[in-house]
Amino acid sequence: MSEEITADILTTHILDLAANGKRMDGRSADQYRPVSVEIGFVTTADGSALARIGDTAVLSGIKLEPGKPFPDTPNAGVLTTNAELIPLSSPTFEPGPPQPWAIEVSRVVDRAIRAAEAIDLTKLCVTPGEKTWVCYVDVHVLDHSGNLIDAAMLAGISALHHAILPSKRFGIGEADTPLDVQHTPIECTFVRLGDAIVVDPSFEEERAAQGRLTVATDETGRVVAMQKGLVGAFSPDDIRATVERAFHHGDRLRAVARKGGTL
Amino acid sequence: MGSVGAKDVPVLLSPEGIRVDGRRLDELRPLRVVAGPLHRADGSAFVEWGANKVMAAVYGPREVHPRHLQQNNKAIVQCKYNMAAFSVDERKRPGLDRRSQEISKVIAEAFESVIFAEEYPRTSIDVYIEVLQANAGTRCAGLVAASVALADAGIPMADLVPAVAVGKVAGEIVLDLNKAEDNFGEADLPMALVPQSGRLVLLQMEGHMTREELSHALDMGVKGCQIVYDKMKAALRDRYSAARPAEVAA
Repeated sequence: MSEEITADILTTHILDLAANGKRMDGRSADQYRPVSVEIGFVTTADGSALARIGDTAVLSGIKLEPGKPFPDTPNAGVLTTNAELIPLSSPTFEPGPPQPWAIEVSRVVDRAIRAAEAIDLTKLCVTPGEKTWVCYVDVHVLDHSGNLIDAAMLAGISALHHAILPSKRFGIGEADTPLDVQHTPIECTFVRLGDAIVVDPSFEEERAAQGRLTVATDETGRVVAMQKGLVGAFSPDDIRATVERAFHHGDRLRAVARKGGTL
Repeated sequence: MGSVGAKDVPVLLSPEGIRVDGRRLDELRPLRVVAGPLHRADGSAFVEWGANKVMAAVYGPREVHPRHLQQNNKAIVQCKYNMAAFSVDERKRPGLDRRSQEISKVIAEAFESVIFAEEYPRTSIDVYIEVLQANAGTRCAGLVAASVALADAGIPMADLVPAVAVGKVAGEIVLDLNKAEDNFGEADLPMALVPQSGRLVLLQMEGHMTREELSHALDMGVKGCQIVYDKMKAALRDRYSAARPAEVAA
């Protein structure tokens, strides 16, 4: 049950289409499915966002709680990203500890948030070495129809953008203040289908893919994280071209991540 | 209930019998049921009930996993009730806890009472309930969502299973407890009904009630379940009536 089965004939069909510049759902190689972000979906969270890319739906909730800083970074807050690929979202997901590729999703998202310095962790410190804010980014996959990394990133950064530090509730400050988010990293994922490299793979395209490449960019023009996944390979020229495309899509998705709405 | 040792017990009932959120004693919180919102699941449903948000998905009948649970004469019904880390005020650590396991068990047993499991021997019908936002009554909201998801998945059943909690607040029996009433009230009695037979397939109780109060609470719960039942049927009709005219036209 943990093994997803894809018919050879479907894989062949997807590759044949790609060779002719076509995709199963009629998109061009450089086109995302419809994207939307609904901010504040969960009021029990300190910040939340429901991101949809096509039929994929990912809900992220932020929780901010006081805790202890790590001994080696006494002046910095703690950021934890956790992705739950719950069995509700796909016939092949099973209850229990996260599988390696679920861990990959959360780590790739975590890296982009961390490397882009989306949050200045030193500002989360309350008393050096003693007390700091711990920021939990929990990502709940509701519907897995491909490209979880981009959807998780979109939901996570959007939820962070609208998170409120509950200072009053924990007796740390007089009033609750918005969490300071200084950068907006966005991940764009591509897969190789033969000679074609297409953006925002659908579930079937991921199954047929001969390599996956995720590029995270921020609004200042930096590449902040990358991840090559699945079996397959990319040339340096492939990667250079893909990075350019990631900046183009990243800028469009960033607007939705910050304000919500549809694309 | 949670009132022991609590700092401030809020006023839960006005002298006119109006509750903290403005409801009458026998009034449900606003309830919205959506059938089939998910794409990968065989059946799904979303329930927004007061400030609760719950998603349910059903897979099956399918191969049993783990295999040793397989039964030769019928399908087994497996349920996993889970709360998202951000669904409650204090972050819940992801993973199974004793409360979730108990709720999963009583919900699975409630559904086994209505599913025609003998039609699918050596298979499993898997029910997943995800609480996205919690505000008292999540097991009932989850059960309602899961019941609609089972119907959406086309699982043959004797009936849908509506559910509601009845409680006791400031000495009065009230329908559908909210969070303040759940925390500071005197009793909580969640129940699930099979409307066709008039019998209850889930019943739990915590707190204290007299025999008379319990009797009144049961009547109130059954009435509440009927209202929930109508919403569940309407959600399924909404989901499938859109397809019908097109078929008739063709």
